[in-house]
Amino acid sequence: MSGDSRFLGLFYLSPYIIGLLIFTAVPFVASLYLSFTNYNLMDEPVFTGLANYVKLFTNDRTFRKSLWVTLVYVFTTVPLKLAFALFMAVILNYKLKFINVFRTAYYVPSILGGSIAIAVLWRYIFADVGLVNMGLNLLGFESVNWFGDPTNALFTITLLRLWQFGSAMVIFLAALQSIDKTLYEAASIDGAGKWTSFIYITLPLITPVIFFNLIMQMVQAFQEFNGPYIITQGGPLKSTYLLPIYIYDEAFKRFDMGYASAIAWVLFVIIMALTLIAFWSSRHWVYYAGDKRS
Amino acid sequence: MTEHVLSHDPSTVGEVAGIRAREQRRHKASIALRYFLLAAVGLLMLYPLIWLIGASFKTNSEIFANPGFWPENPTLDGYIKGWQTSTPYSFGTFFLNTLWIVIPKVIGTAISCTAVAYGFARFDFPFKKVLFASLIATLLLPNVVTRIPQYLLFRDLGWLDSFLPLWVPSAFAGDAFFVFMLVQFLRAIPRDMEEAARVDGATTWQTLIFIVVPLLMPALISVCLFQFMWTMNDFLGPLIYISSVDKYPVSLALKLSIDTTEAFEWNRVLAMSVLALTPALAVFFLAQKYFIDGISSGGIKG
Repeated sequence: MSGDSRFLGLFYLSPYIIGLLIFTAVPFVASLYLSFTNYNLMDEPVFTGLANYVKLFTNDRTFRKSLWVTLVYVFTTVPLKLAFALFMAVILNYKLKFINVFRTAYYVPSILGGSIAIAVLWRYIFADVGLVNMGLNLLGFESVNWFGDPTNALFTITLLRLWQFGSAMVIFLAALQSIDKTLYEAASIDGAGKWTSFIYITLPLITPVIFFNLIMQMVQAFQEFNGPYIITQGGPLKSTYLLPIYIYDEAFKRFDMGYASAIAWVLFVIIMALTLIAFWSSRHWVYYAGDKRS
Repeated sequence: MTEHVLSHDPSTVGEVAGIRAREQRRHKASIALRYFLLAAVGLLMLYPLIWLIGASFKTNSEIFANPGFWPENPTLDGYIKGWQTSTPYSFGTFFLNTLWIVIPKVIGTAISCTAVAYGFARFDFPFKKVLFASLIATLLLPNVVTRIPQYLLFRDLGWLDSFLPLWVPSAFAGDAFFVFMLVQFLRAIPRDMEEAARVDGATTWQTLIFIVVPLLMPALISVCLFQFMWTMNDFLGPLIYISSVDKYPVSLALKLSIDTTEAFEWNRVLAMSVLALTPALAVFFLAQKYFIDGISSGGIKG
């Protein structure tokens, strides 16, 4: 195209560029600055150097608890959810009637899952005399104290996320369906069983999608807020007090904006570090068909 | 049973038939197992929602006593009293507020993301690579890190307790995921028609509106539906920015209702939860093709 298109492109991008500066870039830098200050919304921010970070890592039991809970939550929820989503996608990836009905049914919780109404429902069905315990009793099991007990509460929140495996499953299913069927035929002629084919053909070919789902689910899980905030308010004994709730409380309940920004930055650095590790390691385990051929 | 007998036949013909029969049986067993698993998981997944609908018509004493769907003494009490709420406003106000947040946000998203995606997919310009990299970076950037300064910015602009903080960032293509989705879609569309239009003297603006937008429609509908759904479900945004009850969207009103009435009026909360989920469910069932296509192709291919 002609020379004027150089500026036309930027013209079409202008909303993005303005928004990026005002709503992302400047706030990003500002939050790093705030994390080195003491700022209560009333007075001007006072620069305090590393004081917030020193307090976080040496003198804040709540932070240590919250960080631990967050890591446990992410490292249980993400692998369980991905494994279950992949398992169900493999089962669905077969010439079955009603496949679309099942796919839709599994996808519904993903659509609704973020809603407060679902968090409210979770509170009811996992209550002491709620639906889940009624079901367990009918089957002859003892009732479980789903979120009164600190050892179970986090798992009850995890179940809410697992229930929403549908969106990851739909992505896996699309990848499975795009695999060339002749590969399996060739493998079976060479005597490969179902399981061998899965390990050596299916898994390598869907690694890009596993990678995508892994990153997306991880970034999302680290920012979980609605579920624990509505269902358990972070309790009991802070056993579901995930970092985003801690940040919210510090910022918007105690109005300690500087300290909240410091926690947010610790969370950010953790997410970034894990994302970078995933990207860096992806060369060793993610297989891109296009790359190898060229 | 005949298959079983055949498989033990010592003759060669019988052996071949036996292998075939065994394979067929295994195939049938595999299908049966798949159906069983699919149905069991499906039921387990959807039963909480089914139960919710039934429970919203139950009396309070029945909710924690009856695991079944069907109410013993069906009542509309939950809906009638729940709708009125314990505030001076009814859920009618809260639904209108939600709508008033969602519609401008969806329109702003659709327009800005289309323009930006067109810019990325069809033009060369300085810093294009850097800007596209920034788009990917924003996609992965956790909102938690920009939330506090954004709040301070909106406070200084005098926008607190209004819908502006919820609308404006989206009108500046703030949802990188949607831009990315549309760019991927546009890259897969051949440019012939656009080039023909340009040769015939159409401006890029006219080309965008009359040629690109119609071709982009399926992806654009997906974008609008996802934004509709996410905004309907959004809780943290309104929680931070909206403080007057008369401006509450449904999500905040539900949180308010569990704080005030939960101790004894369960069926009201459940009835309002059903209503809160209804628009999202209705839209999903009317347009599920766009959701599934959107998530399985636009988001990741390319």
